[in-house]
Amino acid sequence: MSANLDGYEAVIGLEIHVQLRTRTKMFCGCELSFGDDPNVHTCPVCLAHPGSLPTLNEQAVRYGIQIGLALGCEIAPRSIFHRKNYFYPDLPKAYQISQYDIPLARNGRLGDVRIHRVHLEEDAAKLIHVGESGRIHGSDASLVDFNRGGTPLVEIVTEPDLRDATAAREWLQLLRSTIKAIGASDVNMEEGSLRCDANVSIRPAGSQELGTKTELKNMNSFRFLERGIQAELERQVALVRAGEPIEQETLHFDPRTGTLTPLRSKEYAHDYRYFPEPDLVPLAPTQEMLEEARAALPELPAQRLERYQSELGIPEAQAKLLAYDGELGDYFEAAVGAGTEASATGIANWVTGDLTARLREAAGEDGEVHAADSRVTPQAIAELVAMVEAKQVTAQAGREVLAKLVVEGGSPAEIVEREGLASISDSGELEGIVAAAIDSDPDAAEKVREGNMKAIGPLVGYVMRETKGRADGGEVTRLIRKQLGLD
Amino acid sequence: MSIRELIELSAAEALRRITAGEISAAELFDAYAAVPDELNAYLWRAEPGAADGNGAGAGAEGPLAGLPLAVKDIFCTEGIATTAGSRILEGYVPPYTATSVQRVTDAGARILGKTNMDEFAMGSSNENSAFGPVLNPWDKARVPGGSSGGSAAAVAAGLAPWALGTDTGGSIRQPAALCGIVGLKPTYGAISRYGMIAFASSLDQCGPLTRTVTDAALLLRELQGRDDRDSTSVGIEGGVELPSREDLRGLRFGVPRELGPEAEGIEAGVREVFERTLRRIEELGGELDECELPHSRHGISAYYVIAPAEASANLARYDGVRYGMRDPDARDLTGMYERTRGRGFGAEVKRRIMLGTYALSSGYYEAYYGQAQRVRTKIAEDFRAAFERFDFLVTPTAPTVAFELGSKTDDPLAMYLNDYCTVPVSLAGIPAISIPGGLAQPDGGGPELPVGVQVISPAFTESKLLDAAYALEQAIGFDARPPGFGGGEA
Repeated sequence: MSANLDGYEAVIGLEIHVQLRTRTKMFCGCELSFGDDPNVHTCPVCLAHPGSLPTLNEQAVRYGIQIGLALGCEIAPRSIFHRKNYFYPDLPKAYQISQYDIPLARNGRLGDVRIHRVHLEEDAAKLIHVGESGRIHGSDASLVDFNRGGTPLVEIVTEPDLRDATAAREWLQLLRSTIKAIGASDVNMEEGSLRCDANVSIRPAGSQELGTKTELKNMNSFRFLERGIQAELERQVALVRAGEPIEQETLHFDPRTGTLTPLRSKEYAHDYRYFPEPDLVPLAPTQEMLEEARAALPELPAQRLERYQSELGIPEAQAKLLAYDGELGDYFEAAVGAGTEASATGIANWVTGDLTARLREAAGEDGEVHAADSRVTPQAIAELVAMVEAKQVTAQAGREVLAKLVVEGGSPAEIVEREGLASISDSGELEGIVAAAIDSDPDAAEKVREGNMKAIGPLVGYVMRETKGRADGGEVTRLIRKQLGLD
Repeated sequence: MSIRELIELSAAEALRRITAGEISAAELFDAYAAVPDELNAYLWRAEPGAADGNGAGAGAEGPLAGLPLAVKDIFCTEGIATTAGSRILEGYVPPYTATSVQRVTDAGARILGKTNMDEFAMGSSNENSAFGPVLNPWDKARVPGGSSGGSAAAVAAGLAPWALGTDTGGSIRQPAALCGIVGLKPTYGAISRYGMIAFASSLDQCGPLTRTVTDAALLLRELQGRDDRDSTSVGIEGGVELPSREDLRGLRFGVPRELGPEAEGIEAGVREVFERTLRRIEELGGELDECELPHSRHGISAYYVIAPAEASANLARYDGVRYGMRDPDARDLTGMYERTRGRGFGAEVKRRIMLGTYALSSGYYEAYYGQAQRVRTKIAEDFRAAFERFDFLVTPTAPTVAFELGSKTDDPLAMYLNDYCTVPVSLAGIPAISIPGGLAQPDGGGPELPVGVQVISPAFTESKLLDAAYALEQAIGFDARPPGFGGGEA
């Protein structure tokens, strides 16, 4: 959706929260929970009992450093935690321990987008509002589940470098796969382990000034993020064209209607009274910690993309699909390394093309596509591509083999054998079928002879029908022309 | 032994006799538990015979061999109500025990009771307790000091051999001075703060209130140590030695001009006792000289920005959601906050929350909190510079002897000035001990009351500080008991 903004340019920055996949919470020893009974993962610290004190989760720091490094940031030699003060029932201390003026990491870049800062903080608990409104105002009662309270979060803030809604979605996918590669988070938007707010403004194309921005919240899928930003951009353009001002406000995305509604200003106009958290000492990673974190980094999507393009010669679009989806990339690499004669470009083509399409078909509209979980092993897809490239089967027959593989798994060679899908290699046999085709449609043959090559279709079609697609299209055309005396 | 004889024993002496089999820990516990509390020193007391069943753990073993101990009600004690002197925590029973309390009970101490205090440790007279003021055992018309007033009064009056207190700006030292006992504020970080209800996190420190310097060392030895649950705790390297020094030869004592006998507001009697103490130091071979702490006169101002700022955040958790009081008449979320906090907190706590909230507000932060932190740094630098010339600094602990109940409640500033000599030490995070220097009449006359002398030393030099204080204590020979001792008439 790089929409026509009527002479305006979009300026988009993202603010991302990532729940870290540590064993325990940010500041206490309670285990992280997933779907457990409410309030079973709690202790005096995460319930903010009087006298309790926070202690920093080392694994969260390690993940934070790795994310910072993966995003090309400088890691602060000494960062500090602050208290962000506000009253809300999901915040038991009535302050969130976060980082403020000296974050863990800053000044990085991922793809085309500069990273402003990366910092560590803790998640709030979960509120459940009982009653009609579904929100705290007007609800009959509100319940708090503190299981989630204190879950480690990494907040990532970008510079406003994104220029359209699609780019924002694609970049967030790159960020997601980068964090996933590190193993620092499940980064699942639907489940809330990846959350993204967007700051959106517009300006006349080519201008360097920043317009008034609005903050978009609650876009809990990649699709909603793109739709939300697009909707907001169009709203802003319409306002400016009507000569009306854009108000700085926070907008809530409603996924059911796809519309944005302003949050009441009271709900977010806070003076957070930040001050340094006296209960924690400054966070000063040792050189050793930094080196360990760096050494533990896997190959990241951006590096994969570069390698796929420069070393394997895979076209950018396909390389992105493979590199930005860690699982698919791993699957692809397993196929390349399976010891067949298949080319990497051929495998890339089949994996991102036919295989993905087949799996998507099988998964249905909203299903997820996981090549690694399918019945088609990397070995099988590599063997199939090798057979196609060696012209042992035609591309069309190859697609039939793939369809069978998706359903039943197994070896492509066996399917070819069983289904009789091998290419016709006996040219005598093919010559006979071509002759029969010409005999069956003298009109078409005559037109081809007169130079109307469009008329060759029915003749080729006849041969393909007769051979069940096992004949090579190029070879069939060559034989038709030869028998009609055109060469 | 009679009850009176038992409760006369210092903790160290009682420990010796228990170990020698001359008395039993249970006997000692019951003797203390039997003394009537006519001072409102306790908010909760164990029954006689409860030495082994007061929720404090196993039998009377370990280095403290079952010695009874009073604990300020600011320390969380599992299964024992803990209020921090506040209505807002009425009925709150903590699900866990503070590390400091756990350490001493693991060492064999037995909890005699939870002592009264100024609400959330905010006060210098104990009149800010939601559960009524503590009375001074030397004169029941007077305050015991605060905020650890219950602990100080209990130890002075024979209601406990020793007690745990907390000191944020003077809350151990000043009541110790006003009650005629020993109070030690250790270096910030010497003792875990985990489970100690926070007032001002960067200043709060646990410490002992005892009748002798040796007892203070004995208790500190068990209390100190790094705790994984408190990131700011480090413990005292090398531990704590019991004091034995008999003279002060070769030791240099600085008398800060700004906090010394000539400082504004120091009573004549206090000045006299202090000057007598300085002569004792010289008699013991110590060298005396004047010194300067030029920024310390801004201590109170800086303190009353930093401490309330931290308190405003620390006390925000009392919101009625999870524990403690909740106003039953609230109709919505804001109402719950406002009514619960409006009814649950006392006037002084509200005053400080307002001060602190204001000091941290957008647009005021730099002028108040930022500036106060810079002053704090300067004060700490002053002390560092002074300790290049001196081993110890010595000041009066409080400018006056115990004052009359109600005499300063309408004048918060006059009340705050009680901590004039103790606050700079807290801001610098260094240790200081108050020992009884003698008795003096208040300005305007009346019965003689205790005067405390404060000895200050560099960070983590508690063993040396205790050694010097011990030598001085022996030379002073303070052995007066308040008329209220053991339940007698004050």
